[in-house]
Amino acid sequence: MDILQILLSESFWAASLRIATPLIFGVLGALICEKSGVLNLGIEGIFVAGAMTGWLAVWLGAGLWGGVLVAALAGGFFGLIHAVLTVPLGLSQHVSGLGVTLFATSVSYFSYRTALPTVTSPPRIEPFRPLDMPFLSDLPFFGPVLFQQTALTWLALFMVGLVWYVLNRTALGIAIKAVGDNPNSIDAQGLSVYALRTGAVVAGSALMALGGAFLTMSAFDAFFFGMVNGRGWVCIALVIFASWRPGKALLGALLFGAFDALQVRLQTEVGALVPSQVFLAAPYVLSIFALVIAARSADYPRALLTPWFKGQR
Amino acid sequence: MIRIEPRQSSSALMTYGIPVLSAIISLLLASIPLTFSGAPIGASYFEMFKGVFGSKFAFSEMLTRATPLIFTGLAVALAFRARLWNIGAEGQLYLGAMAAVAVGTGVFDVPGVILIPMIMVMGCVAGATGMAVPTLLKTKFGADEVVTTLLLNFIILIFLQYMLEGPFKDPMGLGWPQSSPILDQGMLPPLMDRMRIHSGLIIALICAITAQFMLARSVWGLKLRAIGENPSAARHAGIRVNRTLMSAAIISGALAGMAGVSEVAGLKGYLTSDLSPGFGYTGIVVAMLAGLSPLGVVAAAIFIASVFVGADSMSRAMGVSSYLADLVVSTSLLCVLVGGFVARFKFVRLIQKKEVTQ
Repeated sequence: MDILQILLSESFWAASLRIATPLIFGVLGALICEKSGVLNLGIEGIFVAGAMTGWLAVWLGAGLWGGVLVAALAGGFFGLIHAVLTVPLGLSQHVSGLGVTLFATSVSYFSYRTALPTVTSPPRIEPFRPLDMPFLSDLPFFGPVLFQQTALTWLALFMVGLVWYVLNRTALGIAIKAVGDNPNSIDAQGLSVYALRTGAVVAGSALMALGGAFLTMSAFDAFFFGMVNGRGWVCIALVIFASWRPGKALLGALLFGAFDALQVRLQTEVGALVPSQVFLAAPYVLSIFALVIAARSADYPRALLTPWFKGQR
Repeated sequence: MIRIEPRQSSSALMTYGIPVLSAIISLLLASIPLTFSGAPIGASYFEMFKGVFGSKFAFSEMLTRATPLIFTGLAVALAFRARLWNIGAEGQLYLGAMAAVAVGTGVFDVPGVILIPMIMVMGCVAGATGMAVPTLLKTKFGADEVVTTLLLNFIILIFLQYMLEGPFKDPMGLGWPQSSPILDQGMLPPLMDRMRIHSGLIIALICAITAQFMLARSVWGLKLRAIGENPSAARHAGIRVNRTLMSAAIISGALAGMAGVSEVAGLKGYLTSDLSPGFGYTGIVVAMLAGLSPLGVVAAAIFIASVFVGADSMSRAMGVSSYLADLVVSTSLLCVLVGGFVARFKFVRLIQKKEVTQ
């Protein structure tokens, strides 16, 4: 009965979409990288970098969209490091990605501490406000759930469509998918494997950083240490769950968001009976389950993790 | 035109030179963030050096810091050798620490000669379980161990918070979420008077030497290296890949668990949720700097520990954020990766000869 009430409430679905937003950015970003054949474990650190740089830019007076741009550029920069190490140099994608995560995280934390050496409580910015759309926002149910979200949530939903369109309906997308499946075919066509993969990793990383930016510029209004808290790793699991399809990625992120929103509400209902940590751990446990279920049937890009060198077959 | 060709074998100079060079470059690169924070560079480096080599106490602190890093570095190095991506050393460390607390805080009030081995065995078993589960998920279901071990880190940390607020909670802890202390006879003996350095370091060194021997000289080590170099060839050669992977997972997890045991029963005496400032993740850097060689892990752990301890005391003296240490550590990982590339390939200058037509 209680669960039914929760599931029917507008606030629950609005919260689900809100929680899903950073994951949508992250899953799409990871998906683009992996479609081109490069696993990007830099994602966790790129989230941190996006969250910190976007927030810092706004705090320094760049304006909200200026902050979004700065976050995307920061993400692209760390993506470029990963791309250089893994594409032309062909180094271990696992280790390079973890290195980028450690590097991006420590650069962000160090910069934050250096820019703000002596603050006790994190300074706040004026974050993105929920959009107020004439007529649409007043619709019953759909109004609050869909049409009172912030612009970044809309951007995330738009990106799902855009990534799907680019990957499936444009020559560029077909080339990206081909370079992740069979790089030799791309080379035979006279296209550059290096350029395609590097471009995909940089673009994907810029998208990941927007997920981080959403945290400091929409979900919250300040930057905290440890605020990303594994969201990046969850995205890596969700990509496999989504079998590298943008539509299923959206579904996976929404499911995850709904589950997370549900656990917060259940916690207030049955909090006395079950330790709160059960609810806190549930999203991570769920991700592992999703991975175990999806792993065997997952449609891996065939050249994922395999470096390619020119003139070497 | 420059062409890149793989080297047939890498020279000893490369094997030892590249990690050392990476370490030096990452330290030199630290002058960039130092400039940004406005600290005098020369004096900062001097403070860092003094923080490690300035006194007997400082040096012993560095070795104390290196102890858990040797364990986690070994855990990562052995797993990576078999291309088993154990990114979960952080979680396994906490599992080991929890096991140490479970048996060491009064349930068994037995003499130290029994209690200490009991704590160590339980810590190893707990840590090993923490790596055996994701390895099983990998071999049975094909679930990528990178993601599962990463996510398990978070699950284990949440479980730890539950244990510290509930079953493990110290009734004398004034409400802080910390465990009861390990019984006195269960503590690993200290190595020097009035210093924090403890015999966990000796155990870590024994583990490193044993691991080096096992990897280089035993049949198990041969199988492990064969799987790491070419899993399908290893399978065709009759090596039972899944079984060998599982044994690597168990040893790797047990070593990470020992890191937790050594921190709780060697250094702190009780368990809190901030026992490890990322020793598990730093273990990855240690292992990579060591070129995945167990004896190299000892040297790399000493370098990383020096960076942390030195940067700590430098940041206190100069007012620079201590995140500088993390910056140096992560830069050293990126440097050694690039160095690995330089070592594996040689750059050949192609001289284009003009073809003479007759």
